[in-house]
Amino acid sequence: MSSMEASDLTIDTFRKMFESGKRFDSRDLNEFRDIKVSLDVSNKAEGSARVLIGKTDVVVGVKMQIGEPYPDSPDKGNLMVSGDMLPLASPRFEMGPPNFYAIELPRLVDRAIRGSEMIELSKLVVKEGEKVWTVIIDIYPINDDGNLIDAATLGAIIALKNTIVPVLDKEGKIDYDKKSKEKLPLLKDVFPISFTFYKLGNAVLMDPTREEAETCEVRITLGISRWEKQYLINSCQKSGKSTFTQEEIEKMMKILPEKFEEISEKLKKFL
Amino acid sequence: MTEKFKRPSGRALTEMRPISAKVGVVPNADGSAMFAFGNTIAIAAVYGPRQLHPQHMQDPAAGILRVNYDLLSFSVSERKKPGPSRRSQEISKMTEWALSPVLDLENFPNTVIDVQIYILQADAGTRTAGINAASLALAHAGIPMKNLVCSVAVGKQDAELIVDLDKEEEDYREGEGATDFPIAKIANTDQFTLIQLDGKIQPERVKEALNLANKACEQIYEVQKKALKEVIEQ
Amino acid sequence: MKKEINKAQEAFEDGSEENSKKRKMVVPGEVIVSGEDYLPGEGARREGENVVASRFGLAEEAGRVIKVIAITGAFIPRRNNAVIGRVTNITFNGWIVDIDSASSGFLPIDESPRFINKSEMDQFLAIGEVVSAKIWSVNTRGIDLTLKGKGLGKLEGGFIFRVSPNRVPRVIGREGSMINLIKEKTGCNISVGQNGWVWVKGQDVDSEIRARKAIEFVTEKVYVEGLTEKMEAWLQEN
Repeated sequence: MSSMEASDLTIDTFRKMFESGKRFDSRDLNEFRDIKVSLDVSNKAEGSARVLIGKTDVVVGVKMQIGEPYPDSPDKGNLMVSGDMLPLASPRFEMGPPNFYAIELPRLVDRAIRGSEMIELSKLVVKEGEKVWTVIIDIYPINDDGNLIDAATLGAIIALKNTIVPVLDKEGKIDYDKKSKEKLPLLKDVFPISFTFYKLGNAVLMDPTREEAETCEVRITLGISRWEKQYLINSCQKSGKSTFTQEEIEKMMKILPEKFEEISEKLKKFL
Repeated sequence: MTEKFKRPSGRALTEMRPISAKVGVVPNADGSAMFAFGNTIAIAAVYGPRQLHPQHMQDPAAGILRVNYDLLSFSVSERKKPGPSRRSQEISKMTEWALSPVLDLENFPNTVIDVQIYILQADAGTRTAGINAASLALAHAGIPMKNLVCSVAVGKQDAELIVDLDKEEEDYREGEGATDFPIAKIANTDQFTLIQLDGKIQPERVKEALNLANKACEQIYEVQKKALKEVIEQ
Repeated sequence: MKKEINKAQEAFEDGSEENSKKRKMVVPGEVIVSGEDYLPGEGARREGENVVASRFGLAEEAGRVIKVIAITGAFIPRRNNAVIGRVTNITFNGWIVDIDSASSGFLPIDESPRFINKSEMDQFLAIGEVVSAKIWSVNTRGIDLTLKGKGLGKLEGGFIFRVSPNRVPRVIGREGSMINLIKEKTGCNISVGQNGWVWVKGQDVDSEIRARKAIEFVTEKVYVEGLTEKMEAWLQEN
């Protein structure tokens, strides 16, 4: 597979296409590819999910550990989001210390989840000040065909929804041979979905393939959730050298609630 | 009077777990495959021949095979911290040596064939599942190969020789305990490319263990062959 | 012998029943045929009585020569291959071109289609621009390219995209029949590199999209007979 960078003439053609609202696979600029979800990627994880958006393939697993709380939050459990851009997933990913994108992706997912307060961290206390649960989410792309961020966030949310709290034995250690029925304490019906907008020239689009994404100049990722009838933006990060205009951002604010409804409806059996 | 020995898994002594294989699971890769022994699932992807950096690592006589094996953090009960462990580094090297004898990389000087193996779910036999997946991925990538490589762990539970240990069997403590004897071989030959062992086994029983491995590898070869031939339908 | 081998290549490209020699999928190490009369060609070797596959692919018997054609895997550059690549660097005496293979291609300044002064190299070809080139040498130092020849040179306008290199013979078709059909029905200028990269330039974006879809249609259906008819039908409907 190719690690050839996007050529000038291709970038020019894509810009013309996007600016007239066209894409090679006939999608609209804001249209998502087919999304497929499966659960139970690993029976050793406390919860796991696999999300495919088109050919993009991401697996996410949740592990829970018992330990001391952070000094400034003795009455709360902890959340940690980690991951790795496995060299398996793309000719562009290399062995070695994580590059910026490998560091950024889990942080974007983390912020969306934390902002939504979906995990009831205060219910993850075993003994206040001494023993709490830490929820660790690990994200691994298996095939990168663009839009890993949105796929990873979906994977994380669905994995959380399927997470079972492990059983502690008499000494307060995790007994991996027993399975409880206790689900991870989550707010009912509250979860974030991330939507990343990519821009090339004057065109703004969503869910690019890797080929499309490699021509784009800048992107912005927003996490949005819904509390009863109210939509809330939980997180936001713009990444890349170029800019977004105020008009473009306002347009995103209009699109986000619709997209949230569309994706959460499509995947409602997992959410 | 001793009862007939029962494996913790309930399988017959020479029975492997259900094996499955699928080729082409990573579209971006030049070749890829999944291989599973029961609950142990490995995926492998091959990129290459491709450029090798840094230049001083290049071999002007032939291409280099570079293998990276690792467990995903949630593939095991106690979360594995990200980053290669000593165990995974050793297995990466063992896997490289298990596969090199069948590869012919003389026509690709100064390049690298990268093999990435990840375990999604670990229930013992991960290195053997990894080798089987990698062998398929290399073939799928069209790399010149003399033959496929098949791998399985034979072993011993107490006094009985068994094939394809799962985790519970690996941890067996009664009597003579558990012996883990993973091997890999060039299919349909008598050449072994991976030979490791830990536990206790009498020298005179090794021949029998290898014969069991041979039979198991014949079955694995059929599954691998079928998985490759199914690629056409895609 | 050479004529027989070319026939086999055509048969693979053409896919039609009457030209098809015995073909089957083989895995590395699998016995293809038995017998002293057969000669192992590319991708095959002799083991005692048998001719055995030395890679995964399609085994073809052309006269007495058995070869295994790769249907998957990376592009392996060969002399005289036409390739499409992107300029990644300019050195004092040429351009470095990414042709999507294990080594980069090198285009010496002397191999440009017309005389280029060393001081105007980047005006002729800058980083990020695309060329249609021919490989004239593959050696341990790398891959040497030339732009001298019909249909070669800097490509302007349009876009490039990648198909699997093994599908390229199919996309081109017997004596160019498939690619010419697509060019004619979409009105696009198309150049196909053996490295799997394809350049398309049309009158408008819609024709370019249509040409790409037509080419991808071909690559998805490699083993179907009567592909030319199917392509004509698709082009009528789309």
